[in-house]
Formats: sequence, C-alpha cells, structure tokens
Amino acid sequence: MIKTLWSFRHFVVTSIWGELKGRFARSKLGLLWSVLHPLAQATIFAVVLSEVLGAKLGNIDNKAAYPIYLVAGLAGWNLFTEILNRCLTIFVEYSDTLKKIAFPRLCLPLIIWGTAMINHILLVIAAAVVFAFLGHYPSASWLFLPIGMLLVSIFAFGLGVFLGILNVFTRDVAHFFGIVLQIWFWLTPIIYSRDIIPKHLQSLIEINPMTALVGIYQNVMLYQRWPDIQLLVYPSALAIFFFILSFIVFRRASSDMLDAL
Amino acid sequence: MNNDVIVLDGVGKRYAEWGNLFQRITNWFVPIKPKSEYWAVKNISFNLKKGEALALIGQNGAGKSTLLKMITGTLRPTTGHVQVNGSVSAILELGLGFNPEFTGRENVYQAGGLLGHSRETLSALMNQIESFADLGDFFDQPLRVYSSGMNARLAFSLATAVRPEVLIIDEVLSVGDAYFQAKCFERIASFKNQGTTLLFVTHSMGDVVRHCDRAIFLRNGKAAFDGAPRDACNLYLDSLFGKKVSGENSRGQVNQKDFGTNEDLFHTRRGYRKEEHRWGHGGARILDYLVRTEVEDYPPAIASNMIADFYFPVLFEKDYKDVTPGFLIKSHDGLFIYGTNSFLASKGQSQIDVKAGDKLVFRFSMPMRLNAGNYLVSFGISEGSQENLVPLDRRYDSVLVTIERSVGFWGVCDLDASFHSLNGANNATA
Repeated sequence: MIKTLWSFRHFVVTSIWGELKGRFARSKLGLLWSVLHPLAQATIFAVVLSEVLGAKLGNIDNKAAYPIYLVAGLAGWNLFTEILNRCLTIFVEYSDTLKKIAFPRLCLPLIIWGTAMINHILLVIAAAVVFAFLGHYPSASWLFLPIGMLLVSIFAFGLGVFLGILNVFTRDVAHFFGIVLQIWFWLTPIIYSRDIIPKHLQSLIEINPMTALVGIYQNVMLYQRWPDIQLLVYPSALAIFFFILSFIVFRRASSDMLDAL
Repeated sequence: MNNDVIVLDGVGKRYAEWGNLFQRITNWFVPIKPKSEYWAVKNISFNLKKGEALALIGQNGAGKSTLLKMITGTLRPTTGHVQVNGSVSAILELGLGFNPEFTGRENVYQAGGLLGHSRETLSALMNQIESFADLGDFFDQPLRVYSSGMNARLAFSLATAVRPEVLIIDEVLSVGDAYFQAKCFERIASFKNQGTTLLFVTHSMGDVVRHCDRAIFLRNGKAAFDGAPRDACNLYLDSLFGKKVSGENSRGQVNQKDFGTNEDLFHTRRGYRKEEHRWGHGGARILDYLVRTEVEDYPPAIASNMIADFYFPVLFEKDYKDVTPGFLIKSHDGLFIYGTNSFLASKGQSQIDVKAGDKLVFRFSMPMRLNAGNYLVSFGISEGSQENLVPLDRRYDSVLVTIERSVGFWGVCDLDASFHSLNGANNATA
C-alpha cells in the first residue's frame, strides 16, 4: 500500500498545488488570502470583544495578550474545520474519478492534508511575524506546535472521513455538521478563556477534546510554555480511536460507497 | 503458458437498496438481506487472449459499463472474480483529473499522475503527447479556455501515451472531429498489432464490425451471445427492432379516424424537437404526425433500408383549390438529403381541393436508405400553383429520427453497391 502510494506522490503534489491554485486562481494576492482571512477574523473579534465589550485576559499583563490568544485558538480551530469540512464532501466531489479510474484512494486525504497544512503553516508564520511586531517573540516552546498540528489533523481526519462516508449515503450529514461546528466553536475556549466558565459547565468544556487541542496552540503561542501532557492523553486517545474507526469503516464501506456514488 | 490476459469467472454485480442507514452500516460488517436488490450483471464468464479485440454491446442498462468498471478495478464484483494480467489503461471518461486552471502541459503531469505514471515518464512522453494532441499554442494555456473537442484530444493523447497490455474504452471515441477520430483508431489498431488486448463499449455497430474480432451481446446483465461481431450486431439490432428488416410495411395503414381530435398533439409525440422552426401564412395547421415502421410506431430507431411511413394530419381553416403537402429529410448537420411533395411524388397527378374545416391525413412512405445516425424531418403544407407555392404551415426540423445499421459505409446515402473481382478464378460477390 505504501509502495503504490509512493508511486502516486507526484499526483498528490500536483493536486495540492492544483487545489491552492484553483482556490486563488486569477486573484492578485493569491495565497496571502488564506492568511488574511483568519488574521482578519481574529482582529474583528479582538476589536469587538476587547475594545467594545471590554473583555480581557485576567492572568496576563500585556495589551496584546487577547489578540494573540485569539489568533492561537483560531489557528488550531481553523486547521480542524478545514480538514473536517473537506473530508465531509471529498468522496462526493471525486465521485466520477473514484468510479472510473483505479487509483489509491488514500491519495484523497493526503491531498486534503497537504493543502490544509500549507495554509496552516503560512498562517503560523504570519502569526509569528505579527506577534513579533507586538513585541511578543516566539520561543522554543513553539517547537511543540508540530505535535499539536498532528493531533488536530488525526482527530479531524478520524471524524471527517467517517462523516464523509456517511455523507455519501445521506447528504444531510454535511449540512447538519455545518451547524454542529458552529455550536462546537462556541463550546471551545477560543474567544473566551477557560477560567471565565462557571463551575457547573467546566465538565462540558473538559469533555470537548478541542479544548485541550486548541489549548496546545494557546499555551505555546501566548504563554510560551509546553502544554500539560496529562491533559493531552484524553484527546489523543479519542483522536486515535476515531482515526482507526474511520480506517476500518472506510475499508468496509468503500465498495458500497462506490456503488452509491 | 496460458496467454489469457483477462479472465472473468462467474462475475456478477448486485446493487442493493437498504431501508435505512443503520441497515446499510450493519451490512458493512455482517452480510444481511437488503430491502431490494438489482443485479446489473449476472454470472458472466469469458477469457480474452493477448491481442484480441472484444466489443460489449447491448441496450442502455444492459450492464456494459458496470462490467467495464469491474474489469478496470474500480467496482468490486459481488460474485465471481476478475483477473487481469498486465497493465490496464481504461478510458471510461475523457478528461478525468484535469484541473481547469492548469495548462495542457501541467495537466499532463496532473492527470498522468492520476493514471499512475511517474513524473519522469511523463516528461519523456511529453513531446509525443503534445504532437499527437496537436493543440498548437493552446498546449501551454489553461484548460478553461479549451473547447470540449480540444479537451478530448488532450485526454486521449494522454490516456494512450503508453501502450498498455489492456485498453478499455467506453464510448468515448464519438468526440472530436473525424480527422482526430481516425487518428485515434489508427493508434488503437497499432496497439492491437503490438499485442494489446482491446475492450470496447460502443453503440456504433459499424465500429464493432470494423475493429473487433469478437463481440458479446449483453441483455439484462447476462451474456446473451458471445462470438462473431456481425452475428452479435444482428442479434442486437433484432433486439432493438424486434424483427427482420425487409419488404413492405405489413402493419397496415392508418385511417383518418386514427387522428380523431383537432387538438395539436404534434409536440407530444416521441421524436418531436422543440427546437423546430415553424412558420407559414396560416390557414392550415399540421396537427400531429406518426412515424410507422413494420415493427412499431414512433420507433426509437429505424433499421437502415427499412420502409418508414410518415403520416401527418392537416386541418384547413379556409377553402383552397390546390394544396400541396411536403416532406423533407436532412442530416443532423443540416445537409438536405431528400425532399419531395405530393405533386412531385405523384409525378404531377396529385391535386387536392379542400374546404374550410376539412381534416386530411397525408402519408409519405419511403425506404430509409441512409447511414446510421440522426436525421431531421420537416413537414409542410402549401397552397397555390406549383410555380408559386404559398406556405401555410411548415414545421422545419420538427422530428428527429435515428437510423441504425450493422455494416457501415462512408457518407450518407446507401447506394447499395455490389462488388465483383473480374481478374481471378474465384470471383467474389458481396
């Protein structure tokens, strides 16, 4: 399997390039847009919430702390949703190709992953530059980020591929999940911090694996410290569980899926 | 050594319908009985040798494409197994994997990668692909500016850039101009000579007889016949037309009564083209039409050389001393093939006198001595002297008829040539 995948590496690479090119075809700023969107999103939240509503992070004495917190959280969250949303519709999108050309289907998640990672890494670099302007220089703790990216990716794929398979049979899944993601966003401490949550809701925040995963980004990028490894056990286990489940379901369902596409 | 390149053994494909998503998911892990099932392909076995060319023919839904997909390897058979020895190149659709933002050259890398070619191989093949596609400067322009024909040329050049052991083609050669089509068939023939096994799906019986050594006629998912292409084609045409092609129309004539109402039913009939061009001064209306052959009314296709009757009732709203119904058949690209009217067809005998409120049914009957293809039929009614006909109602290009034939020829009209060789002992007559 690895060997056949290797022989399709050029296809994967050109497809990633094609996805990026297709997304920003005939635009002057091109790839820059994929960075500008989340930065603008963070700026809007920062302006509205801290300037207008007066929200601020209690535990840090830095004017830029809240915008940095927002960028960090959004970076992690956006990686998650980008992979998830693409996985949801990828099989439907490629239905003709899947039905008519015999090629390793594992190429498809790899294309998604490559595209998402390029966007993500560009965002992280852009964020580092912006932080530096705010007087907040990246430290060695940033070296933990790749592990965060990996965990977020594994979780997003685990969930995304499973839901993507279901979406082939019932297209409501993708629509329904669009709503779920909006709720999920607000249940994750991205624009607010964990400690403002009332006691009786804390457990809800803890069950949410995205809390710890987004927490990696916030810890690394804002607090410049390594996240608490113990807190990562539960989301990692969940991510790996979904990943394996998806893989098994994919193998079992792929024949039926092609019949239904 | 056994030189079978493709071996199919009891291959069947079931499409299942499930009551709900839960049942479907259960089915992935434990086999359960579906709510309903449909066998697209049933128990098909055949072997194909190196260098053989096989055509799969049959009506829509007979299972041809499903079978091809199972041989290509994208669909898994429900029963039996498929074994293919050697590299397969399947062209089930042209242009898959192309990215509209990429240039032709970039798309060769992109879609070529999807076909499993390495970048080095593609670089080495690039010149050959470029010259075969013959796109000129367009080769380095983004695909979104291509016409569909150019797209097909690039796709075919790429798909056949490397000679495969097995070449599978599903009805994709009807695209592009005649010149490029000929080039494609030339390339396919040269592959065959070098030992490539060919598998075609086509509706063009001419191609089957010309390019294949063997044909399988599929009916309702089963192999109804496996053997010589000509026999398979005849069986297929029989299945389309029901009976033999010959002689007079034995189905009897239509009465005026059969066109009972004065309603305009023309547009409700099978074969009607809503793109028709209707014009005339008025005073008479063509209400309806009927195409009848020995086999059926409004046939989906008419066998070449079979007699077809074209009926049309006309309702007159004024008195006319001399009306002339007319008939015209054109090729789908607009060439006038044959046109006549009551005066010409009756050799000057016909003169029709009508009163307001009369409804008359006219018939033109003729053998369809045409090549396979689509043709446009026009009906008209005029009045006045032959030198100065005044059109009352004309429905140009209002009906589409399809002609089918197993053995083709070049051109449009079947002049029914015979062939003799005069300089040998064994004279051949065809």
